[in-house]
Amino acid sequence: MAEIAEGGGGGHGKGKKRAKKSSTRVDMTPMVDLAFLLLTFFVLTSTFSKPKMLPLAYPAKVEETEKQKGPKMNNGITFLLSEDRIFYYQGEYYNKDHRDKDGSVTELKEVDFGTGEKSVRKLLGKLNNYVLVKKQGLDEKLKRKELNDSTYLKKLDALRVKREALKVLIKTDEEALCKNFIDLVDELKIAEIGVIAPVDITPGELQLMKEKLKK
Amino acid sequence: MPKLKIPKSSPSIDMTPMVDLAFLLVTFFMLAASFRASEPVTVNTPSSISDKFIPENVIMVTIDQEGRVFFNLSGAEARREMLTSMMGKYKMSLSEEQIEKFTFMSTFGCTMQELPSYIDTGADDRITFQTKGIQVDSTKTNELYDWISYAGVAALNSAKTAFEEAKLKGENPVADDFKPKFILRVDSKTKYQKAEDVINVFRELNLNNLNFITSSELAPIN
Repeated sequence: MAEIAEGGGGGHGKGKKRAKKSSTRVDMTPMVDLAFLLLTFFVLTSTFSKPKMLPLAYPAKVEETEKQKGPKMNNGITFLLSEDRIFYYQGEYYNKDHRDKDGSVTELKEVDFGTGEKSVRKLLGKLNNYVLVKKQGLDEKLKRKELNDSTYLKKLDALRVKREALKVLIKTDEEALCKNFIDLVDELKIAEIGVIAPVDITPGELQLMKEKLKK
Repeated sequence: MPKLKIPKSSPSIDMTPMVDLAFLLVTFFMLAASFRASEPVTVNTPSSISDKFIPENVIMVTIDQEGRVFFNLSGAEARREMLTSMMGKYKMSLSEEQIEKFTFMSTFGCTMQELPSYIDTGADDRITFQTKGIQVDSTKTNELYDWISYAGVAALNSAKTAFEEAKLKGENPVADDFKPKFILRVDSKTKYQKAEDVINVFRELNLNNLNFITSSELAPIN
């Protein structure tokens, strides 16, 4: 407890009556109580982590008349999302009518958002190795002050969209959740992927994913 | 031998420093805490490693768990301009008081028809206001399309004013810093397809650079 108001104790036994000495001290207990109450309130209610934003450029809308055939990608990967699961295939999409040179068709593989062997992060780290290694070189140069910030950023941007860099398509079905989508985009940003295009899913791909989901 | 005197220690401690500190902290937290305007929806945003702060001039579309769409534009001037354009387009009339109220509202979500009663509802009751949110569909003339396009014009105008003001003050402003940003706030559990409907409206308007609001998480150490 805070101050206990003093005075009043002494001077009783003596015959002479004295004017009561009133203490100059004020009992501060209630004030302190209140101060701490307010302190607790503000500590608990204030949020310090301000929300951030994750930029994502969508491909420009094309007129329906010039139905495009799906971009030709020599160094691409397509992610397919459904609910909380995530599948991928590399390169172009091949089906029975349109087979790859060796006659194979597209098969989906599943990955997860962990950090283990089967995670998106490991996969992208492997596939986008070219960019990640070069970026390390740039980082070193930046550290040694051989580059200034703006040239560093410019070089990094150019590096991300190079021919050797991995390009990513994201397709979702009607069950996919936003959390999954953002998590994937986040992983792509971690892996320094420059070209990210969320596009519509094709019926063939949807069918493939449904088969996978049944298992 | 003189008697050893034991100093009588008072049972009370001097608490002044502690009280000083407590009040210092109270003051700090009071000033540092920013109170958010009460929102009609609660949205748990996903997290990402992005470290970009949200600028002042924003056009924000919120999509809640059920896929209802809400809208927000920063800046009272811009909001007034946007509402006036919308009233013209939908041939609606609102009282000056209602317009004033709308100007200082935060996120809102209702159809144009519901708008007058939505404005008249108190800020705390809007959470329970029965609405399907702003109407979005695949046609080129849905209400969200109009909101966004008028908001875009209004936000650009206020951006220009802010830019000119900064110039007059002798600062060296970069025009890009003032441009309105288009922001999507989605709940973790929102179906992506619902977000896609909204994104398609943006794309229809040729606004392809979008931003998702996320809470921050630590970047992995490589």
